[in-house]
Amino acid sequence: MAGVLRGLFGLWLLVQASISMATLNIEIIGAGENQIPIAIVPFGGDEKIAQTINEVVTGDLLRSGLFRLVDPAGKSPHQPAEVNYADWQVRGAEALAIGMVEAQLNGRIEARFRLLDAVKETELAGQAVSANENQIRAIGHRIADLIYEKMTGDKGVFSTRIVYVNRQGKRFSLVVADSDGHNEQVVLAQNEPIMSPAWSPDGSHLAYVSFETGHATVYVQSLYTNQRVVLANFRGSNSAPAWSPDGKQLAVVLTRDGSSQIYLVRPDGSELRRLSFSGAIDTEPNFSPDGQSLLFTSDRGGSAQIYRMPVAGGPAQRMTFDEGTNFSPRHSLDGKSFVFAHLVKGKFYIAVQDLQAGQMSLLTEGGWEKRPSFAPNGKLILFASEARGRGILATVSSDGRVKQHMFTQNGDAREPMWGPYN
Amino acid sequence: MKKLVISIVLVNLLAACASKKEPESVAAPATPTQKVEKQVEGSKTTPAAPSAATDIDPLNDPNSILSKRSAYYPFDVAVVQDEDKPMVQAHAKYLAGHSNRNVRLEGNCDERGSNEYNLSLGQRRADGVKKMLELGGAKASQLDNVSYGEEKPRCTDHDEACWKQNRRTDLNYAK
Repeated sequence: MAGVLRGLFGLWLLVQASISMATLNIEIIGAGENQIPIAIVPFGGDEKIAQTINEVVTGDLLRSGLFRLVDPAGKSPHQPAEVNYADWQVRGAEALAIGMVEAQLNGRIEARFRLLDAVKETELAGQAVSANENQIRAIGHRIADLIYEKMTGDKGVFSTRIVYVNRQGKRFSLVVADSDGHNEQVVLAQNEPIMSPAWSPDGSHLAYVSFETGHATVYVQSLYTNQRVVLANFRGSNSAPAWSPDGKQLAVVLTRDGSSQIYLVRPDGSELRRLSFSGAIDTEPNFSPDGQSLLFTSDRGGSAQIYRMPVAGGPAQRMTFDEGTNFSPRHSLDGKSFVFAHLVKGKFYIAVQDLQAGQMSLLTEGGWEKRPSFAPNGKLILFASEARGRGILATVSSDGRVKQHMFTQNGDAREPMWGPYN
Repeated sequence: MKKLVISIVLVNLLAACASKKEPESVAAPATPTQKVEKQVEGSKTTPAAPSAATDIDPLNDPNSILSKRSAYYPFDVAVVQDEDKPMVQAHAKYLAGHSNRNVRLEGNCDERGSNEYNLSLGQRRADGVKKMLELGGAKASQLDNVSYGEEKPRCTDHDEACWKQNRRTDLNYAK
């Protein structure tokens, strides 16, 4: 059974690969304070495959902002016995990655790599990573994840995906891509707007808002079969889908009973239950990691602010009080803080606030920065921004230091969300 | 015959772009126009026409207040503004007198909010116009109210000259 599923998965990837388009162009704007100097030696074995893996690993580690690449300068050990540590110490490397890659007869690729401590002259990690021949980049991402985790103590997110909307004139596309911008897959393309894509917790489905019916309608679509169901198509606007952490229900915003209010619903559209009764605009619900409470945007107090309420029902508590308006809250992975968009004096900032202490701090310099979401390791935030007169995606590390801009080939990138671990 | 109607409507629209005057009383139409407009209206539910002056569909009259199809708003506001009330009330009256006419109310916003908040605000704007139309005699079945939030802007510059164009509800009559 597992073999059949893996075969089908491989087939799906093959089909998807055939319709993938261009890639995102990523620029590094800011780097970490103390970067780890690491040398990535191109692997031995199949040269072409080794080159791709090397590009992916070095690209991933560079983009993290936490590493400085040390040039191998012609040295090419592939086994620990071939390593002359003095060569690497004189170049200031703290760590060294070496390995071999082999294309096997059944179409599988296997890479065996080791991560070595250049200073202590010991082995930090050794692993074999294998995949189908059309998944070489995935091997590179996995190796980058392992290096990242060993050197920083945090889980890497190089093997994850993002979703966003690309707008070009009147043309809207809903796009899923690897977190390095490669392997773009168009999930939906049309001449009516698309908004608010939301990953299911297991990464198998996307919920999103489409205007193809003439008004905002929520859909849930499988990324494996491309089949979709209408989640909500009531009068007025249906929008802001948000999955519960167990994937068994979604919060949505409907205007069927008057103003925008928050409801719960099953992924097949059944068991609709109203949660908010404010008569104001209540929108952008986001579940806490324990599934017990929601953060949301509401103007019930006169201006858009962040509130929190229990999923089981009950009064809402206001969370934001400083000058300005606040939108788009998202819990951190540990549930102790939340990220959101803060508008003050005409500029949008990405901000983070501690749920207990209520302290807000700004993570960005301000502009048109909207819709923040956390990477699944909680260390990076993806959001929509603007540069060179175009809509772009951007990332910032949770300490505000590491920054990137991501440009699509054409048009404006909007409405991003970081996907879960695969 | 249909072709003639279209060209007449186009000519009217061109005239409307040239000048924006105070609404005048509709002049008595020339005979050929009169015949054509009656065909467009259809024979079913034509309301009692007290005089020849109402035989032109006022919706196609560039000098009528009905040629105005958008209400505008200050930032973050959804109530119909005083300067737009006569226009909305005129549309209400028109709809009350033409029960075969349907209109879509489309709420829009400038970009200074999250996309979702703006979708909600746009819906509130469209809802407000709907209420006023209903109070003025239009039937709910003639009205469809939707929001585009900030997704269908008329312009995308980051300045008030653009923003104020996007803060609006459009009255979109079905053809």
